[in-house]
Amino acid sequence: MIQNWLPLGASSFSGDVDGVFRLILYVVGAWFILVEALILFFVIRYRRRRAGQAVYVTGETAYQLAWILIPGLIVLLLDLGIDASGARAWGKIKEQTPAAAFKARVTAERFAWLFTYPGPDRRFGTEDDLWEVGTLHVPVGQPVELEMNSMDVIHSFAVPNFRLRQDILPGRTIKAWFEATQPGSYEIECTELCGAEHYKMQGKAIALDAKEYERWSREHWPAAPVRPQDQPKTASAAHGGNE
Amino acid sequence: MDTLATSPSDVAVEPDRIRAIPQGKVGVWWFLASEIMIFGGLIGSFILIRLAHGGWHAEADHVHWRIGALNTLVLLTSSLTMAWACDAVKERDQRALKTFLFLTMLLGLTFLGIKAFEYSWEISDGFTPATNLFFAFYFTLTGLHACHVLGGIVANTLLWLCAVRGRRWPMIQHRVEFAGLYWHFVDIVWIFLFPLVYLS
Amino acid sequence: MMTTAGASLTSVTEEHYAEPSFWRQYVFSTDHKTIAKQYLALALFWSVVGGLTAHIVRWQLAWPAGTRLGHRLLTPDAYNAMVTMHGTIMVFFVAMPLLLGAFGNFCIPLMIGARDMAFPRLNMLSVWTFFLSSLVLLASFFVPGGAAASGWTAYAPLSSVPAYTAAVLGQDLWILAVALEFASFLMGGINFLTTPLTLRAPGMSLWRLPLLVWYEACASLLFLLSVGPLVAGAVMLLLDRLVGTGFYLPARGGDPLLWEHLFWFFGHPEVYVVALPGFGIMLEILPVFARKPIFGYRTIVISVLTAAGLSLIVWAHHMFVSGMDPRLAAPFSVTTILISVPFVIIVFAMVATLWGGAISLETPMLFALGGLASFILGGVTGIFLGSETTDIYLHATYFVVAHFHYTMFPVTFFAGFAGLYYWYPKMFGRMMNERLGKLHFWLTFILFNAVFIPLFVVGLAGTPRRVYAPAAYELFKPLQHFQVAATVATLLLLASQLPFVANFLLSMVRGRRAEKNPWRANTLEWTVESPPPHGNFAAPPVVRHGPYEYSVPGSRVDWMAQDQRFEPAQAAGGG
Repeated sequence: MIQNWLPLGASSFSGDVDGVFRLILYVVGAWFILVEALILFFVIRYRRRRAGQAVYVTGETAYQLAWILIPGLIVLLLDLGIDASGARAWGKIKEQTPAAAFKARVTAERFAWLFTYPGPDRRFGTEDDLWEVGTLHVPVGQPVELEMNSMDVIHSFAVPNFRLRQDILPGRTIKAWFEATQPGSYEIECTELCGAEHYKMQGKAIALDAKEYERWSREHWPAAPVRPQDQPKTASAAHGGNE
Repeated sequence: MDTLATSPSDVAVEPDRIRAIPQGKVGVWWFLASEIMIFGGLIGSFILIRLAHGGWHAEADHVHWRIGALNTLVLLTSSLTMAWACDAVKERDQRALKTFLFLTMLLGLTFLGIKAFEYSWEISDGFTPATNLFFAFYFTLTGLHACHVLGGIVANTLLWLCAVRGRRWPMIQHRVEFAGLYWHFVDIVWIFLFPLVYLS
Repeated sequence: MMTTAGASLTSVTEEHYAEPSFWRQYVFSTDHKTIAKQYLALALFWSVVGGLTAHIVRWQLAWPAGTRLGHRLLTPDAYNAMVTMHGTIMVFFVAMPLLLGAFGNFCIPLMIGARDMAFPRLNMLSVWTFFLSSLVLLASFFVPGGAAASGWTAYAPLSSVPAYTAAVLGQDLWILAVALEFASFLMGGINFLTTPLTLRAPGMSLWRLPLLVWYEACASLLFLLSVGPLVAGAVMLLLDRLVGTGFYLPARGGDPLLWEHLFWFFGHPEVYVVALPGFGIMLEILPVFARKPIFGYRTIVISVLTAAGLSLIVWAHHMFVSGMDPRLAAPFSVTTILISVPFVIIVFAMVATLWGGAISLETPMLFALGGLASFILGGVTGIFLGSETTDIYLHATYFVVAHFHYTMFPVTFFAGFAGLYYWYPKMFGRMMNERLGKLHFWLTFILFNAVFIPLFVVGLAGTPRRVYAPAAYELFKPLQHFQVAATVATLLLLASQLPFVANFLLSMVRGRRAEKNPWRANTLEWTVESPPPHGNFAAPPVVRHGPYEYSVPGSRVDWMAQDQRFEPAQAAGGG
């Protein structure tokens, strides 16, 4: 059923997020149905039909209060279970970054994304860096670490299919990571209001399996090195990139 | 429990302690609680950001701690005169009330005057709120405080006018007491600000 | 103009209740009932404006500008302004004046047996400050650059650098209007917190207070304690914009996260400030129309105090992915999910009140039940957002929008309508038309769900909020028909308010004259005339028991006003 509501999960932790979602759905779904059904049932069963029908129950004795406090306690215990499950998954996604061979820089700017790759020397800011505007090419099955900056306001890098979201603040570098598990083209959204063309700040994350990624690299890496000072620092400077 | 009272003596007309407090005082305390949160938010932000930026020792060198210390003395003295004013009104001593309210106003104006001089010195030296974040906080903290001092001076002036015209004692007693609470609060805020801004 | 500090109550009332001129009676009034109606009038005005902003936003989402049915004039900047103003208006200029300004002011003195609030002139100042803030906000629509467009949350630097949106003056006016609104409700809060403490009638102990009074006071306390840091933050925002300070600008050493913390430290308690009076209204209405005591009075009071306290330590659940230290997420997630416990207890208590009752579904009861049922969906969907992990995916999507409409709309509009239909006879001395009321309820209930269920669907699919054209994304193009459905339902929902408007206005002149106690309710406001005279009570009532003594065994009638003694039924058979 969930598969119909949420988009395809294509990252190594989308299953973890969906797992917590499922847990919460079952727990709150059950309560929701139970409580609404009770309300409906009581409203019908206790409609006023004759005088003096109502019972004088104040809910002040221990026995009476038990009827609401015990369910309250059950809710509390289920809450703690949800907390534990969520904390576990969060730790995996946001507090640990697997050793990532593949790194990319994300520069967010009103209103486009600039992606920069360090190239074969594995260092940013050198002559063999590659950049592209709006599209992020990554290999499938490898953790990708993103170093993200904003040139102006708060943006938010989100890829629904990866269950990935991270706000990007100006003035500091924020990291995120993901590992694509299926080849495909996945939409990137900006999900923090950043101005008039916020809705146009779209991108694509293209995950390629190993062979395809190697072929893409070979085709797109610049033949001649570009001096770091000539490399664009923002998407607007890149004017559409060099792919 | 208090569900149903059926006996004739069911009316619990307890003169509870809460109702014995003059309600103006309750009102002033709620007002001060909200003011504590305003200054608390501002001061808390200042402390956290200052720590995150390594203390701003170089920037903070440019405030004039001696002037700040003088102003602290002025404000503390004004709290003393305000306390004497409250005493005077309890003893229905109109002359003492007028004198001490006047002195409090005067000291308050002195505080503001010294502050204005201090600001103009700093600005002419090139330190404005836009200069750096320390000075942004400095001007905002002391400026917001100064606005509150001004408000207190206005309130005290109105009370002083009441005293001059010989208004009814019960009414003016409570109002002086509330103004006193407010004035002491403004003083306490300064006692937090002074070390945080001038002495660190 | 000082407050009535410590003056004896009689001297205040003597000068207060002589025959006033037109201006003093209707415009510059210090009577809490008139002030309540002034707040009500302003809230109803703003709900029309707020509804129109919703119309414009939803129209664009269904039929984007540039398509055949699209608004040709709605630019992305204007769209962002409409979204911003919709949120700002609904939270600060509809919910607050309606639930606190109108119902709080009207009900508190009457329910505690007082002649007016503790500080009537401060009360008048509060509503005039609110009126001034309304003028400032209204003006912001018409200044060059238009109204603020950085969201009701006004995140910096988008909001702190004038160049980033078209609204330069508009954003400044927004800050000023919101600051004035805060000042207004701080003043009102001083009354709401002092009056129930000091002006209760003899016999009205704190444990005999009607729940609405508890909830209004609790909301006021929460507001008073949480708004301060945001006032400081707003001063800093204004200085950033006008003077060039850099509180929120990294280039000048500042931090955008500072604004987020200051905003949400207030912003989260604020939604409880709105929710509590709404719940208070529902809690007053359920016993009356079920003819049963409220279940677990003391438990409900303790629960709401607990929830209010907890609400001060959950704020960063709005900031899980904000870039703050990830280690903060788990603690805030725990507190957030825990806050569901007191609310769950209150909801269970309300359901338990229905059990064994004698339920009659007049319009106030329909709205109270509809509000409760809808709020439950809002509450459970909050769990998805309170868990830090699922929030990664759901943050800033339409799921959030649907969640908060399923909480805010019920407590503001369902509870608000419930309260209006319920207290209208007391406020205006006339009965509203019951048929129109039921029609209004069913249309509102069905159409409200029709608007927001589709938004859960598009939100689960990942559709981001505050986006001018979601269909620009391939992922969400197939969901466009849900957007259309939600928009059609919105238009119908807005139109469904017409029966209410007609009923409200016409009943005032043509409604059946209301007796003192048309609902046979126990609280003290129903012991005086409809509408009550100046000064409410000729003599302070003497309170003999709690407010929910309905269907007491052996009683002659199934209700018992708080100042009435128990009256046994006639002999022979009894009880």
